[in-house]
Amino acid sequence: MATDTVSTPGESPDHVGDPRRRDFLNIAAVAFPAVGGGIAVLVPLVNQMSPSADVLAQSTTEVDLSKIAPGQGVITTFRKQPLFVRNLTPKEVAEADAVPVSSLRDPETLEQRTKEGKKNWLITLGVCTHLGCIPLGINEGDNRGKFGGYFCPCHGSQYDTAARIRLGPAPKNLAVPDYKFTSPTTVLVG
Amino acid sequence: MSFPWAKQYQPKAPLMRWMDEKLPVPRLVYNAIGAGYPVPRNLNYWWNFGVLAGAALMVQIVTGIVLAMHFHSSAASAFDSVNGTIMRDVNAGWFLRYAHANGASMFFIVVYTHIFRGLYYGSYKAPREMVWLLGVVIFLLMMATAFMGYVLPWGQMSFWGAQVITGFFSAIPVVGETIRVWLLGGYAPDDAALNRFFSLHYLLPFVIAGVIILHIWALHIPGSNNPTGVDVKGEQDTVPFHPYYTAKDGFGLLVFLALFSVLIFYFPDYLGHPDNYIPANPLATPAHIVPEWYFWPFYAILRAFTSDFILPAKLWGVLAMFGSILLLFFLPWLDSSPVRSNNYRPKARIAFWVLVVDVLVLGYCGGSPATNTYIVLSQICAAYYFLHFLVILPMIARSERPTPLPNSITEAVLAGHGGTSPSETALAH
Repeated sequence: MATDTVSTPGESPDHVGDPRRRDFLNIAAVAFPAVGGGIAVLVPLVNQMSPSADVLAQSTTEVDLSKIAPGQGVITTFRKQPLFVRNLTPKEVAEADAVPVSSLRDPETLEQRTKEGKKNWLITLGVCTHLGCIPLGINEGDNRGKFGGYFCPCHGSQYDTAARIRLGPAPKNLAVPDYKFTSPTTVLVG
Repeated sequence: MSFPWAKQYQPKAPLMRWMDEKLPVPRLVYNAIGAGYPVPRNLNYWWNFGVLAGAALMVQIVTGIVLAMHFHSSAASAFDSVNGTIMRDVNAGWFLRYAHANGASMFFIVVYTHIFRGLYYGSYKAPREMVWLLGVVIFLLMMATAFMGYVLPWGQMSFWGAQVITGFFSAIPVVGETIRVWLLGGYAPDDAALNRFFSLHYLLPFVIAGVIILHIWALHIPGSNNPTGVDVKGEQDTVPFHPYYTAKDGFGLLVFLALFSVLIFYFPDYLGHPDNYIPANPLATPAHIVPEWYFWPFYAILRAFTSDFILPAKLWGVLAMFGSILLLFFLPWLDSSPVRSNNYRPKARIAFWVLVVDVLVLGYCGGSPATNTYIVLSQICAAYYFLHFLVILPMIARSERPTPLPNSITEAVLAGHGGTSPSETALAH
């Protein structure tokens, strides 16, 4: 075809030189739907694995604080994960405040982890930041570890009275979810 | 694909001739596992374990398909469907379930033996690198399948195993938590996770079967390795697979089934964990989470990292655990010694047995609580594991003086040490 000087209609003559418009149109016409179609198929196939709306809908939890005396804690659920709500004693608050923040693996003060004026209400997820076990310490009589907070039995992570990681393999403090006080004795988590 | 002296398939019956012209499946079988496949004459019983692994996979597929007919993949009823319906109501359900659960253990016992056979006799070396690489792929697929299968009964260990294993992905910097939530389809294991694990647990064995076909295909190009590691030189070095190794493998299969039966009928729960008879409870972690025994060495490596060093300890643990398996992909090029069999490699042989002990100790640590003693022991053994493959083996390959190799398989056999057990052969030198 290279020596052919007559081009047939609908075919790209080789001697016209680059870029050959018809080839470009051919490639573009095939590539565009192929890539677009590929993405259009892939997105639902990948996205079906994400949490569905009904899972996301269980996204808030209300907790009544009036029954929790100082020194006590309750375990409830938030998004199907355990939620720790603990009423710290003044001694526990003082212990948490006494720790120099710079010495911590995940530096945060108790103020930053609680709401203003509600420093005794420590609300965290009960999910160890190592591999997701539930630490002990929310119920009375549990092993609370060396620092009086929480102790994870799986791999030995120890948290202090502000639920900050102090010893063991966990990289982060117990997570504090978004929450707000809707009344002096009620919080809405999520 | 085979040696020139391999027997040719010659169908005699008219039906078989007709079949051979239209769809030569009998010819394929004849050439793959029949008289048409010449095999070194000196294979010992360690060479049974490939066939046994295939048999174990078939047991898992057959029992698994049947169990799936009675299983409910719902967080509300999975536990009851396994421990109530299948174990008590379904006719012979208890047998099928115990065969499937213990079949997984038998599969791993056989595959670990098969892997260590390959390590001892240098079966991973040229020209069989591809056989080894595909084998590591099969091993990874097996681990994924076994993990997801263990989640299905939805007991305490199932649930917390799923939580911990998917937690590995949260160690990935920045996007880790997002990936974990995507994998689980929620913030914690629940219906979404259980259903997708069931779907994949059903799929992956067939993927494994496909990779096994590639594994055997790649094996049949150079042919099987043998205890001397010396190449086949001529027809006198081989015997046809059938009837010689069908008989030898058949005997091994009977021993395998006998041991399997002892496990099913006398110790069905010996290798399981009692906590898995407690229904999954997202609000209570078992005091001591352990995976199934076949994951213990890797679990010990995961837990060996306890302090941050540039990267967080958690990420190190996960990287080391995956690295300990991915490392095997590089083994054919890490060990540069041209001698395959450790029968003729005095130093590599010692290193091999030290590695066996090292992996057993890692396994013991992985199954024990995370106390200080076991953590320190895990750290030493995990370090040695990597040292073995990355430093010791490459160094031995360069410095070692192998003992004289026989000129051929036949010469070794006639001298009386061609197919004996490794220790006897080692003593003969």
